[in-house]
Formats: sequence, structure tokens, C-alpha cells
Amino acid sequence: MSSPTDLTRMTAADLAARIQAKEVSSVEVTQAHLDRIAKVDDRVRAFLHVSADRALSAARAVDEDVAAGRAPASPLAGVPLALKDVVVTEGVPTTVGSRMLENWIPPYDATITRRLLEAGIVILGKTNMDEFAMGSSTENSYYGPSHNPWDLDRVPGGSGGGSSAALAAFESPLAIGTDTGGSIRQPGSVTGTVGVKPTYGGVSRYGLVAFSSSLDQAGPCARTVLDAALLHEVIAGHDVLDATSIDEPVPPVVAAARAGATGDLRGLRIGVVSDLAGGDGYQPGVLASFERAVATLRELGAEVVEVACPHFRYGLPAYYLIAPSECSSNLARFDAMRYGIRVGDSNGASAEDVMSATREAGFGPEVKRRIMIGTYALSSGYYDAYYGQAQKVRTLIKRDFDTAFGTLDVLVSPTTPTTAFRLGERTGNPMSMYLADLCTIPASLAGIPAMSVPSGLASDDGLPVGLQIMAPALADERMYRVAAAYEVARNAAEGGPQIDRIPELEA
Amino acid sequence: MTGLAELMDYEDVLSTFEPVLGLEVHTELSTRTKMFCGCSTVFGAEQNTQVCPTCLGLPGALPVVNAGAIESAIRIGLALNCEIAGWCRFARKNYFYPDMPKNFQTSQYDEPIAYNGHLDVELDDGSVFRVEIERAHMEEDTGKSLHVGGSTGRIHGAEYSLLDYNRAGVPLIEIVTKPIVGAGARAPEIARTYVTALRDLLRALDVSDVRMDQGSLRCDANVSLMPIGAGEFGTRTETKNVNSLRSVERAVRYEMCRQGALLAGGSRIVQETRHYDESTQTTLAGRTKETAEDYRYFPEPDLVPIAPAKDWVAQLRETLPELPWERRRRVREDWGLSDAEMRDLLNIGAIDLIASTVDAGAGSAEARSWWVSYLAQKANTAGVELADLPITPVQVARVIQLVTDGELTTTLARQVVDGILAGEGEPDQVVAARSLKVVSDDSALIAAVETAMAEAPGVVAKIRDGKTAAVGAIVGAVMKATRGQADPQRVRELIIERCQ
Amino acid sequence: MPNISRDEVAHLARLARLAVTEDELTTFAGQLDVILQSVATVGEVAADDIPPTTHAVPLVNVFRPDVVRPGLTQQQALSGAPSAEDGRFRVPRILGEM
Ligand SMILES: [Mg+2]
Ligand SMILES: [Zn+2]
Repeated sequence: MSSPTDLTRMTAADLAARIQAKEVSSVEVTQAHLDRIAKVDDRVRAFLHVSADRALSAARAVDEDVAAGRAPASPLAGVPLALKDVVVTEGVPTTVGSRMLENWIPPYDATITRRLLEAGIVILGKTNMDEFAMGSSTENSYYGPSHNPWDLDRVPGGSGGGSSAALAAFESPLAIGTDTGGSIRQPGSVTGTVGVKPTYGGVSRYGLVAFSSSLDQAGPCARTVLDAALLHEVIAGHDVLDATSIDEPVPPVVAAARAGATGDLRGLRIGVVSDLAGGDGYQPGVLASFERAVATLRELGAEVVEVACPHFRYGLPAYYLIAPSECSSNLARFDAMRYGIRVGDSNGASAEDVMSATREAGFGPEVKRRIMIGTYALSSGYYDAYYGQAQKVRTLIKRDFDTAFGTLDVLVSPTTPTTAFRLGERTGNPMSMYLADLCTIPASLAGIPAMSVPSGLASDDGLPVGLQIMAPALADERMYRVAAAYEVARNAAEGGPQIDRIPELEA
Repeated sequence: MTGLAELMDYEDVLSTFEPVLGLEVHTELSTRTKMFCGCSTVFGAEQNTQVCPTCLGLPGALPVVNAGAIESAIRIGLALNCEIAGWCRFARKNYFYPDMPKNFQTSQYDEPIAYNGHLDVELDDGSVFRVEIERAHMEEDTGKSLHVGGSTGRIHGAEYSLLDYNRAGVPLIEIVTKPIVGAGARAPEIARTYVTALRDLLRALDVSDVRMDQGSLRCDANVSLMPIGAGEFGTRTETKNVNSLRSVERAVRYEMCRQGALLAGGSRIVQETRHYDESTQTTLAGRTKETAEDYRYFPEPDLVPIAPAKDWVAQLRETLPELPWERRRRVREDWGLSDAEMRDLLNIGAIDLIASTVDAGAGSAEARSWWVSYLAQKANTAGVELADLPITPVQVARVIQLVTDGELTTTLARQVVDGILAGEGEPDQVVAARSLKVVSDDSALIAAVETAMAEAPGVVAKIRDGKTAAVGAIVGAVMKATRGQADPQRVRELIIERCQ
Repeated sequence: MPNISRDEVAHLARLARLAVTEDELTTFAGQLDVILQSVATVGEVAADDIPPTTHAVPLVNVFRPDVVRPGLTQQQALSGAPSAEDGRFRVPRILGEM
């Protein structure tokens, strides 16, 4: 059983405050999490790489600052974090869950990595993911799947299942994910944690191994809304190294989370997207949870109306054209010439032979499928019907959102149609796996901010469900306000945080 | 290996066919940094030292457009009388090649920054031919490969290759002509004079080093033949690797004769890429591809569109320098040159250099003399174009100034020029480093004068007999003994004093 | 529209430099067919007069000044190379145009 003083159960905000108050040192906090990883990660398999030495030395630096009375580098100084292995880290292996980059040690840091380090955040290690962030279960990781701490036979979502599993298993209070079609929100939903995809361009992509450039967005993952907001403000903001980065002030998400926690949503207009709230493939327990969540939002004073977004049903096909197309080009650089593994370099093999043999051996089946779909969709003669048409659908989806946000402040839906599925259940059928992203994809295509917040356990299988909250571009703070209010209300109704109901892993 | 192709007689080609040309010129911009990253573009650095995550194509790295490159591209477009796009984008051109780190080239596809222009080209006889410009677009250069093993050091037969990515990502402007029709017998000449005119223009704009020998200016020549009177173009070939102005002309002429022979013999032309071989002055077929190219272009999602403001374009138009042909017209009048003199200067590519030297403060006679004699010899010996000598008009003007001021003799001045050509720096640095100074101090000169007189008693006798013209021989000997550093005027005086 | 054959999959694999096996060709042909049938539904939307969206938040003219920034050392550049020689990346022989 956890004790009230168990450092791994505390929120990031609490840990940061205690470190500044010298109640506990960052080294102690870090060591507690490293111990927890050592204890449970053989079953959860959230981490691909743990950098204990680097973590402890970063923690010591924070403790020295505290001892010397220096102001903290950020409100999260000294707090540990799990970094998705898609984020490039100088001197620390970065594999993207692929054999292609087995043992690759980057010579540079991503902008996010740099901002985390400068904020005094302690990076514990790199978390598991579907290969190149393509998947919804982490089963596409070359290094084997991660397991959902709620039920180790189930997936923790994907692609960022390592990050979500690490949070739910109390291996880390904070994590970074990346979301292309739902890879932060869907894992958050199925592990009962908070996952946020900021406005596209809100967080620098420099140093994220690219999957789909026009969709990829990194964001904060945590166990509480406030922790996510605090992390959001650390990583967000303009970056001159990313041409698609937005040169505007970071939305005031921390203030919004604090304001929301007062539990007052009066005056707020919330739309329930009817096109994402039922139909084929939705689990009854998920829909029941969603209805309860909507009722709670009403009780908090919000006005709730139904809204139709007729083009959302083309979101999934448009996404599965755009993302593979961009990936087929982004992943061309993995060719065994400059970095990564090299296969078949013998007996007069040509560069072309070696490229093809390496890519065959280095990429898993899902990556190959998407590369080939993208290659097809961009081919001359098909471009207009596929990639071109998908980009137009994107405009239509964006217009649906624009219309809805013309009268509504935020939109809500379930984050994902089902709770965590069993390992192996969908691996044989790519299309069924793709459906896990049904609800998250529209926001990705429109580039708007969206997040998942735990909305209780499904009545039918007792597994976590997530509520998705979507806001207009650059208005990320709106969804934090709603999420924080909802979190407080749900905790009050259920007698404590949902994550406390997770089964013990210490067996 | 293809055997030598059969060639049709040039006159016969012209009596049967009309050549159609299309010229694609790539020029490396002389911006300080690369197209999409902050790496230096300086030529000749140690391999793989001007690289970063972006231009090495490391996972996660992103491009950001160089404002200086956009500025140069717009200025080039304006100088070529092009329309400047109000909105354009970069696209990805996808194909695998080891010298291209991302395995796509970030280029412009259907949205070039400049389009629909023209360049008036002066032919050898002074007549003018207008070449229509289809487009000028921005893209990035590739890395360089060194082929190891095999006998030739060439790509064919090499055991492996070594790659240096210093050049990868250097900004390129690709300038594409519309089909050039109606050139007839002058097609090869037009190809050469067009590239020459373009080179002069780019140099005047100061946007590129335009060194064909170093690859900062490269020309691909598309050539096809159509039967005279036919309305439809024939199948074309694209000849790459044409590294000098002369080669441009020869490659076009060779392709015309090769294609003429094939067509006359009833064969078809294969649409292919060919390579110009400088040593044999022929074109050779590249490796044929089993599948047609499919570059799968799509808008570069890592970059945002470029929408040059009208004001900005207007400002850049103000910065356009006097264009080479305008300057030529002016110079010809100012200097009162005859047609023949003008043509001689044009032929060695000296006009712009002389004019720039004059603009930098030198007298026109001195400027002409330096470029057409001493420097022309140097270029000839080095086998490069005059303009490609590593000396600038400003440097030449400074050397002339030093001579005018009496700081240098002509002999010393030549040594200074040698030093500049050898990469020893600016004129004044060479003067200092080589301690080149006119010696007019008598004590240092008298010994040399007396030695020279003692060694040539016959000459001394002549001078004493009143044949003062013979003084020159002794002066020459003194100049030689002092390695040119003596002040010849003072030497002459000292000799005459001693003969009286 | 789609009905993708093994040959087409082989062509795509070649374009994408994937030395897929015979077994994979069969599997992928079936899977790609299903996926492409499904994604082809984007064609159901009438969108002739709709402009494409490439980025959610439209930006233009994002430039960087023409100023040199420090990059990598030669050693860093080559640190991940499968093979290097004389300060350069060593790669297998290149067959002309690829
Ligand atoms: Mg090009
Ligand atoms: Zn660079």
C-alpha cells in the first residue's frame, strides 16, 4: 500500500513545492522514482532507457540551487519526467521505438529537451512508443509493448503508451508525449491520465523525429490537470528553429487551470459533437461515462448543446492519407548512409541494395505499410484524388470547427471509442487499430488544441475512460479551465482522484 | 561503356533539322549561410565541418528559410525581367541518392518565386538574341561524393564512395529557359553566349561566385531536333556536367550531330540524361532507369509560404546594379573603342572586369593593360576564364594605385598580383608580407649600379659615346639584381652621373 | 478506385527502397487494398472549390537572418555513421543515377 509520504504518489506541483521548501530533496524524489522504475518496470515496460546518472546529477544541481537560495529555474524544478523516445536527446539513446535507430546517440538536443533541462526538470529516461509514433497500442515498438498498469494484459494506448504507462504506474509524475492523430490523448484516456495536444505550432517540433510534419505536436502528460498546465508552460513558446512555430505569447494555461479548479463553469458554452458520440464501434461503458461527464459539466454551470460536424466522418480517411504521405517522405532519410543500422553491406552490394535491405530490416510492418500507402498517395496520377483531396477535407473539417466555435467555447467528446483493448487483439487488423483514433483525429487535422482528462471507469469493464475537450486554435487555456473544473467535481463525487483506484502493482 | 557515336555533319544536320534548346542553369548563391540552416557556405573547408543536424538530415532537425537567399532570388528574378510571385512555396522532390541527406530535395515545383522573363544575349557578331525565361526557382545543393577504387576515380567501377556534406543545403537558384527555337546554326553559340550573359549578370548582381570550374555555376543543356517545318518538338536529351562556357557550346553541337545521325539512320532518340566528357568532348549516356521518375512532389510541410510584400520587391528593384550590357554600351562610348577592339575585349571576357576596375578608381588605360596582358596570360596559363582568376577588380585597382603613387614598380606590381593569385591576401598584405618596396635610397643602389657597370664595360663605353639609349641595358641589370625593387628613375640618374 | 495488385505493391516497395519479401508482397497487397478502399472515401466529398489546408494556423514569410550559427564538429557529424573514412561518410558504391 502507498503511504501518504510516498513521493511517487504526489503531484508534480506538490513535489516542486516540497523541494523548494526543503522538505525533501530533488535527489530523494528522483531516487524514489528510479527505485519505483526498478521495482515495476519489468512488468510495465514503460522505459526503453533509464538515465539514472544524468537524472541524479540534474537533481543535485537543483538541490544546490535550493541550498544556495537561488530562485528555481521553473515552477517544476527538481521534478522527474519521462521523455518519449521520439524526442532527440544529446548523448542519450533515441530509438523512436525502431530497430532502425537501435543504439543511435544523437549529437544534439531537441528544443523541448533543452527547455526541460533549462527548467531544472529531471529527465529519468526515454519511454517506449509505437515505432516512429505509428500505432495506438505500443505493440509496434521494435522493443516489445508496454503494459497498461490498470491491467497488464492490456495496452496502454499509443503511440505514447510508454509515457502514459509510466504516469499510471507512478514511475514518473510528468511525461512528454507527441500527438499526430491522438498519440497523447488516446494513451491518456486508456490509462486514466491527463494528456494534452497543444495548438499546432504551440510547442517546437525541432528535434522531434518527424512522423507527419503538418500534424505532429508535442505536449504535456501528467496525472493532474494543473501538472499538465505547469509542464505546458515550460515546453511551449516560439522557437526560431521551427518555421511552423507560432510567434505569440503562450496561452495562460496555468492560470486557467487554477481558475477552473474553483469549479465554476457558469457562462461557458460547451458543444457535444454528435458525430463523435455514438455509432458503430463505441463501447457502451464509454458512452455512459461520457454522458455522466456531460451531466457534470452542466452541474458546474456550463450551457451544453449538441453540435453537428458533418465532415468529421471523413477525418479518419483523410488522416490515413496525409500522415502516411508525409511519413513516406520524412522517413526516406533512414537509409543506412549517415546514421542508424546498416544491413547487407557486403560482396559488392550497391548503395541502393544496402538502402533497401536496411529499410526492409529496420522498419516494422506498420511503418512499411504507411510508407507504401504514402508513396502511392503522392504518386503522379493519384496525388489529386488522394493527398490533394485529403487536404481539402482538412479545410472542411476546419470549417466545421470554425462554425461550432462561432457560438461555442469548447467542444467535448469521448477521447477514444473503447477502453484499453487486450494486447494482440488488433494487431492482425490494421483498420481496427486505426479506429482507436476516430475521435482524436479531427482536432489533429484542424491543428486545434485538445486534451483528454480521466472521466471515471467504464461501467462494463471497469477500465479508465477519457473525456476529450477541444478548443479553438491558440485558446488552449479554455480547455484547461474546463478540465480542471471537471477534475475537481469528479474527484469530489468519487471520493478522490481516479488514479488512486488503480490496482497495486507490488505483488 | 558506349562506343563513340556516329555523328552527322553539322551542315547536314542544319539542312534537315531545326534544333530546339532548353537550358537549365544552377547557380550557388554566395549567401553567408545555407538555404535552410545557419551553416557557412565558404568553399574549400575541411570535409564535414560545415554541417549541422538540418543539412545532415538528422532525425528531428527542421529547415528555416534564409532571408538572404530569398532576397537574392528576387533580385535575380527582377534582373531577368521576371514576374515575382505574390505567394509561393517550397516542395519536396522525393528520390533516393546518397549525396542528398534527406532523400528529398527541398525545391520549388509549380510555384516558383520568379517566372516569365527574358534575357537579351549579345552574340559574337554583336547581334542580339532574346532568350525567354520560363522560371527561376530556389532549391538546395547536394553533398559531394568521392569515388574510391576502380581505375578512374569515377562513379563507374568504384568500390565505394566517401561523402562530404559541406555543400549539402547551399542555396541554389535554378534558371530555366523556355524552349529556344529558331536559332538554327547559331544554337551552340546561343547556348554559350546565354550562359555567359547569365554569368555576367549574376556577377554584376553580386549574388554568386559564378565559378563554373568550382561548380558554383552549372549548366544542363536540353537538346532536341525536329525536322524543318515540323510543328512538334523531337525527343530531347539532357546533358549534365558541362563545366565551361566552351563546353556548353561543344556539348550542344555534339548532341545535334549525334541526334542527327540517329534520326537520319531511322533510330529514335531516347529521352535520357547524358554526361559531357571534357576529355573526349562528347556526351555519354547515363545509367538508364528501369522505371520512369516519379518524384512525388508535395508542398514542404516543414515550411510556410513565401509572400514577398510589394514594397520589399520594389526596394530590391532599387538595388539592381547597372546591368552588364548597359555598362558595355556606356564603356564603349566612354573609351571610344572600335568594333574590333570591343570584340577582342568581349572575347576574353574583360569588359566587365575593366569597367569594374575603372569604377574602383583606376585609369582606363592601366585597367585595360592589366587585364588584357598580364592577367590574360595568367588566365591562359591556368586554363581558366579571366573572370575566374582569384583576383577582383578592386584589388587590381589598388595595385594600379600603388604604382601611380610610386610605391611599386611595374615589376613589383606583378609580384603583388602573383601573391594575390596565390591566395596571399589583399594587395597591401602581399606588399607587406613579401617586403616589396621601391628602393630609391642611393646608398643601397650605388653598389648595384657600380657592379652592373663593371660587368658591362662595352655598354658603358657606348653611353659615354653619347648613345644614351644604351642606359636601359644597365638599368635592366640593376632591376634584376635588386629583384625589381630599385626605383628605375633613380637608377638611370645614377648611371648617367657615373658616365659623365 | 483501388484494387492494388502484387505488382503495384512491388513497384511501391521499389520506389520506397524496401526490399520486401515475396510473403510480404502478398500480405501487404491484401492489407493495402483494404486500407486504400477505406481512405478512398475522401473522394465522396464534393470539394472542387475548396482550397487545401496545409497548416492549421496559417503563417507566411518565416525567415532566418543570413547569419552563421555554430553547427556540429566533424566528429559529432560522423558519430552515428555506420562507416566513416578520412572525415567522410563511407557508403557502398553508387550506381550512377538511382
Ligand atoms: Mg532542380
Ligand atoms: Zn547546416
